[in-house]
Amino acid sequence: MDYLNIALPKGRLGEKVYGLFAAAGYGCPAMLEPNRKLIFENEAAGVRYFWAKPSDVAIYVERGAADIGVAGKDILLEYEPDVYELMDLGLGRCRMCVAGFRDFRDDPARTLRVATKFPNITRAYYAARSRQIDVIHLNGSIELAPIVGLSDVILDIVETGKTLLENGLAPLETVSSISARLIANKARSKFVGHRIDELCGRIAPLLEAEESQ
Amino acid sequence: MNPVIPPAEQLSLTLQELYRSYGYRQFKLSRFEEYDLYARYKSFLTSPQILTFTDQNGQLMALKPDVTLSIVRNTRPDGRTHKVWYTENVYRVPRNGSGFQEIMQTGLELIGQVDRYAMGEVLMLAARSLEAIGGSYVLELSHTGILTGVLEALSLSPAAAADILAAMGEKNAHGLAAICAREGLDDAARDLLAALCRLSGPAEDALAALRALPLPPAARQAAEELGSLLALLSRFGAYSVRLDMSLADGTGYYNGVLFRGYVNGVASAVLSGGRYDTLLHRMGREGGAIGFAVYMDELQRFLFRRPETDVDTLLVYSPWDDPAQVAATARRETEQGRTVRVQPAGETDVTYRRRIDAAGKEF
Repeated sequence: MDYLNIALPKGRLGEKVYGLFAAAGYGCPAMLEPNRKLIFENEAAGVRYFWAKPSDVAIYVERGAADIGVAGKDILLEYEPDVYELMDLGLGRCRMCVAGFRDFRDDPARTLRVATKFPNITRAYYAARSRQIDVIHLNGSIELAPIVGLSDVILDIVETGKTLLENGLAPLETVSSISARLIANKARSKFVGHRIDELCGRIAPLLEAEESQ
Repeated sequence: MNPVIPPAEQLSLTLQELYRSYGYRQFKLSRFEEYDLYARYKSFLTSPQILTFTDQNGQLMALKPDVTLSIVRNTRPDGRTHKVWYTENVYRVPRNGSGFQEIMQTGLELIGQVDRYAMGEVLMLAARSLEAIGGSYVLELSHTGILTGVLEALSLSPAAAADILAAMGEKNAHGLAAICAREGLDDAARDLLAALCRLSGPAEDALAALRALPLPPAARQAAEELGSLLALLSRFGAYSVRLDMSLADGTGYYNGVLFRGYVNGVASAVLSGGRYDTLLHRMGREGGAIGFAVYMDELQRFLFRRPETDVDTLLVYSPWDDPAQVAATARRETEQGRTVRVQPAGETDVTYRRRIDAAGKEF
């Protein structure tokens, strides 16, 4: 039997997702051992896992190196990979927000400077509002930008808002809600679709149970 | 298999033979077209970026990113039905990328009178094209009229309809439910859309499931057309066909049957086509059209089989060997149908099956 190849995002979210898959009967205990292995197989369940950088999971799936994977909705919105988005796993829930100083007022007479890790989402969001902006693409510590005067606002993921608060910033507008999604390669779905369906079918009741708690 | 012709070209020749056998004629195109053509029908193209240059008269030209537009423009609207095939290179900017790629496409177009037989014939040729690639394949069918019919009956805003089409394309049931809630659709509409989103499977089963849904009249008519096409296709032979309602058209140029082909082992669709009367009408033409293209670039890696060795025989000679004897030995090898690399003693850059000396003795 062919293995079902699953790409999981490295880190806390990935470990939670693995927990969900394991509870659904797709466990692979070696996954959580502290070692440097990249690929893990469970022959009995017919699955092969690998850890990937969270922002790369969609690429592995889109190009068919993985049949399915788990990626944040933020990544899917930013890169628009050509994949199926089969399930909202409800894990890693947060919001994508425009944030800035609490007393920030947008001056429509000036170009708005927006610092972000998500230039495509930012452009689309403001284009839909016909607001002219200057996108400043950063790779991290986005909150720093308005504080040091690099940008007027930021567009970023807000989990608890604590980092923002501690720096005198606040969420101003919600762009979209984010959570982990189960994605699948379109072409592979035509050939291993029944196995993907089976996996979804085993995970769905676990999510419902979680929801009703 | 001829080892000299690259596998993609080889497949292309097989496909040409297939299309010729059903009376399709070759259509040869220029590498360039006036940019204007693509600017006007931009949303028909898979990528909005086009490579342009200015010709000597100051006319803006484009390296053709698409074949169908050019063929429609270059077939005379003379009331006859044209059946043509092509093998052409198109130039596209890769998705989420920069630069451009030269992509070989082989495909066919049927322009003029498109009746049920004509559609069935094109579907059969699409299925047989996939068969020719080798390995297991799936021809996936859908019909734009089904979703369009359902969405029209719901009288949604164009933006909401576009959101629903996008969610359908992703099989995004949770996203679809959120859009239904946002647009205030009733339970019946929500359940119908959810059922369509899930509808995918082997043709016969999926068709039965589709017929069982409470479809509005226009959508039902489209479903019946799909049914009659499947029946016709089965008269040509048994093919691996599936229905999948997530296969939707975001451009608005297609009307009617829509299809994609997949081959096990290739990570994206290798064949894509459909009925495009709407494009024809927007170009001011009467009649109907249907066609498809096979993407050779997606298949390159799949088709490529590295030969076990570069040559059959390595003939190694030394400085004191008689060149005439080396020549005679080399000639004997080739006459016996083996490939031979001749070189003086030392390292070699080729892999080989057997190694001989100037006298033809293995060592």
